[in-house]
Amino acid sequence: MKKKSWIRKNLFANAWSSLATIVFAVLVVAYLPGLLNWMVVQAVFGPNVDACQAARGTGACWGVIAEKWRLIVFGRYPHLEQWRPALATVLLLGLLFASCVRKFWTLWLVPAWIVVWVVFFWLMHGGLGLSVVPTDQWGGLPLTIMLSTIAIAGAFPLSIFVALGRRSKLPAIRTLCTVYIELVRGVPLVSILFMASFLFPLFMPVGKSPDVLIRVIVGLILFWAAYLAETVRGGLQAIPKGQLEAAASVGLGYWQTQRKVVLPQALAIVVPAVVNTFIAIFKDTSLVTIVSLYELTGALSIALNSDANWRPFKIEGYLFIAALYFTFCFAMSRYSLWVEKQVHHG
Amino acid sequence: MAEPIILFEKVNKWFDGFHVLKDIDLQVAAGERIVICGPSGSGKSTLIRCVNRLEEHQEGRLVVDGVELGDDVKAIEQVRRNVGMVFQQFNLFPHMTVLENLTLAPVYVARKPKAEAEANAMKQLERVRIAEQAHKYPLQLSGGQQQRVAIARALCLTPHIMLFDEPTSALDPEMINEVLEVMIELAGQGMTMVCVTHEMGFAKAVADRVIFMDAGQIVEQAPPEEFFSNPKSDRTKDFLSKILGH
Ligand SMILES: Nc1ncnc2c1ncn2[C@@H]1O[C@H](COP(=O)(O)OP(=O)(O)OP(=O)(O)O)[C@@H](O)[C@H]1O
Ligand SMILES: [Mg+2]
Repeated sequence: MKKKSWIRKNLFANAWSSLATIVFAVLVVAYLPGLLNWMVVQAVFGPNVDACQAARGTGACWGVIAEKWRLIVFGRYPHLEQWRPALATVLLLGLLFASCVRKFWTLWLVPAWIVVWVVFFWLMHGGLGLSVVPTDQWGGLPLTIMLSTIAIAGAFPLSIFVALGRRSKLPAIRTLCTVYIELVRGVPLVSILFMASFLFPLFMPVGKSPDVLIRVIVGLILFWAAYLAETVRGGLQAIPKGQLEAAASVGLGYWQTQRKVVLPQALAIVVPAVVNTFIAIFKDTSLVTIVSLYELTGALSIALNSDANWRPFKIEGYLFIAALYFTFCFAMSRYSLWVEKQVHHG
Repeated sequence: MAEPIILFEKVNKWFDGFHVLKDIDLQVAAGERIVICGPSGSGKSTLIRCVNRLEEHQEGRLVVDGVELGDDVKAIEQVRRNVGMVFQQFNLFPHMTVLENLTLAPVYVARKPKAEAEANAMKQLERVRIAEQAHKYPLQLSGGQQQRVAIARALCLTPHIMLFDEPTSALDPEMINEVLEVMIELAGQGMTMVCVTHEMGFAKAVADRVIFMDAGQIVEQAPPEEFFSNPKSDRTKDFLSKILGH
């Protein structure tokens, strides 16, 4: 009895919902068996090239993952040293996880961030007893996570200042922020990365230009800050003038008003849009491949292109990294729902 | 007369060429209770918002609590610390509890210890008879309750002057009285009050002086008995007949 009413309410509430349910059911019946057959029943799971070749077209070759996963996950990082990026990434993920949990929102997070990042770069780069691994050999998932974390952690705070600047009463600051946003936002990220990587060194004395990784990080932060600034500004604009007047009338200064009254409300409004951009930032780190930094997608290309035997099994490789990307993005999306719940009162 | 706590001297203000305040001369003594009325658009809000510099005047002198208002940010901050304001739309901070609304300025502006600020906040909430709602969020309260919280918030800085800009005109009729009662009580405690309102009953009960504004000018001012029974100018008579009339 209960089940029947659930079905009516959720699947057949009205004509449109019934139609959607039927279309979806037809699609599942039509395609799911074939998909399962390819993914599981006929699939090859061992790292066996001949079996994979034989199953081509009928079954997936998960053997390619079994064979190449270290290259996909760690890129060109020296094989024997790969425990270092693994450990560094685990530490970083632990830090990020802790930063997301209310219980850990204390001042201890500040030294924790500093220590973890110092250890992270020491493990990745080496020195002090570890062999040095230059940044052009960093790659795979550690690079993806590192770049997106730094891009987000750098761009988001910067974007708040830029958004405030764009609404400033001081014409010089307002113009500066507006020009910055419009210039950077109007250019594809790819071209910013190219400029950071190839154009910028031309203006620097030979050998004096900072590491390409640093230039790319700065490029990412500047690009995404311009983007996020507009999102944040949308939130600022939604705050009624009365809030500013009330804050002024009790004597709060500009920064106190922004920090205590305006930003908490404005940012609460834009949580979904901001997390949406965070997810885009995470996925778009794949663009750094074009300046020869082999993050997850780049590492996958290297892994498959360098070996003619395994080259045909790109789809399986891409499904594998798609699953990795999805895991992180889905976690961010769920977390954003939780944050939304926390910030809406009354 | 002792030094006035608010002094307007030939104050003029324009909004992009539109002359809102014209040669305003006004003195308010400490402890005095002033009611300002007048038709919509006559500049009542603008006038009292100049007192804590939510609006700036372009000409003339405006001295509040011994401090002349000008471009000096420190002076403005000092004035705002001593002047409480209550708005028509309450303007409580919706992301903070009632108690947090009340302690924000004492903690961050007056640098009081949190415990002291909270104790004082509870005292002010009792004064407006709403202490039991201290841990709710503003949007969980009725309009009348919100406005009383807003009054308590303004009182938390122990102001010398309270400004009210039509504090009851956004309220449902059955909530107007609970707010007026609180204001009448405040008036009885010797607070300097400047109140824009069309609640003539309130004016009769507590005002020392009623000021009538029209088209950016102070047209007439008199104690309430005289103002209501014997208005001098035709504009005042016309206005009174409209709001008291029927
Ligand atoms: N920020 C502003 N910019 C331009 N004009 C304004 C601004 N604020 C008010 N005005 C104009 O100034 C005049 C006086 O406004 P004010 O709000 O002081 O009137 P009021 O007497 O309080 O009216 P009400 O009874 O409707 O509140 C109005 O004509 C109004 O349109
Ligand atoms: Mg008004």
